[in-house]
Amino acid sequence: MAKQLEAGDVRAVARVISWLENRDPAGAAVLAHCAPSPKGAFVIGVTGYPGTGKSTLIDQLIMAYRDLGAKVGVLAVDVSSPVTGGALLGDRIRMQRHADDPQVFIRSMATRGQKGGLAGATRQAAQVLEAAGYGVILIETVGVGQNELDVMHVVHTVIAVVAPGLGDDIQAMKAGLLEIADIVVVNKGDRDGADTTLRDLREWCKTVIRTVAVKGEGIAELIAVIAEHERWRDLDRPQLHKRRGPSLDRRSRAGSSSG
Amino acid sequence: MTVAATPLRILIGKVGLDGHDRGVKLVARALRDAGIEIIYTGLHQSPEQIVATAIQEDVQAIGLSIHSGAHNSLFPRILGLLREQGAGDIVLFGGGIIPDEDVPRLKAAGVQMLFRPATPMHDIVDFVNGLRIER
Repeated sequence: MAKQLEAGDVRAVARVISWLENRDPAGAAVLAHCAPSPKGAFVIGVTGYPGTGKSTLIDQLIMAYRDLGAKVGVLAVDVSSPVTGGALLGDRIRMQRHADDPQVFIRSMATRGQKGGLAGATRQAAQVLEAAGYGVILIETVGVGQNELDVMHVVHTVIAVVAPGLGDDIQAMKAGLLEIADIVVVNKGDRDGADTTLRDLREWCKTVIRTVAVKGEGIAELIAVIAEHERWRDLDRPQLHKRRGPSLDRRSRAGSSSG
Repeated sequence: MTVAATPLRILIGKVGLDGHDRGVKLVARALRDAGIEIIYTGLHQSPEQIVATAIQEDVQAIGLSIHSGAHNSLFPRILGLLREQGAGDIVLFGGGIIPDEDVPRLKAAGVQMLFRPATPMHDIVDFVNGLRIER
């Protein structure tokens, strides 16, 4: 199975992710047999409040990275019911134009009781995608509040998506979501109040971009800023490593069956 | 927490030029409430999109709603693509406005179940829960 995975076999990728989600030891065994990929994937987290346009933004990022020739993997996390365990996973509706592109793999994951904005197996699923040769991996968290921040431990670059009109400059000063974001995106940037939101956020957050994801506006600028952040990561800044650590290397892969 | 260890994963969606999604949304919601993980694709999917999605999502079954009259071409096309791509083990079922005379032919082609108007919701839930045993 590790061979099929490394050859990029889509059914193998999908099945190994299922094993990891189901805590079937076969999944961790396959991961342990995968050689570390020479370059490693670039992993981007997209988080933010519900309904701000995370999925639509990811749809645009898929298009942009495909245009740059990358093979793109997406892990889209939605909430499981705490009552029944069921889930309605609807993020990929916004991304379905990429469904039959063989260079794009999209997987919906339910949280299955995990707190923190990701599913228990999301990090391992990203390792699977990396082993299968996906060079860019986009992780969409559940719609978060201020305190579900696990994504910061799994990705290289955190994008927080907000929409106009959700608070004043004091909201922009608070700890949590905006504090851990490397890039803040004000999506729906053509709506009333967008200028005020941008001004408030720019006082406190270092990189704030305006987008209108449904129209593709601001995406080129966002891609450029992500690339800049990726180069900054290469400078090997100690505080970055302290905060986040290398996310998908062999060390974190070893003994990671518990998720 | 009553979360089952391995919930069923089922793709629910609509295929082709067909905007009638009230029924399929009700079914998706009822299955969610029965503890199933539903991957909902929304409207206007091509057979190729449905099959690629089912494989990436590693679902046990695909449930499609068709109210457009194109069931006799869409269901067999999807079954063919599943077999071509080595995913013939994924169960296909459906629902919608499908005349009596078309049902035997579609079932013979490999559509496991067709739910037509006035089907009680629990029949659909029971059918999907039954898939848990078969795999």
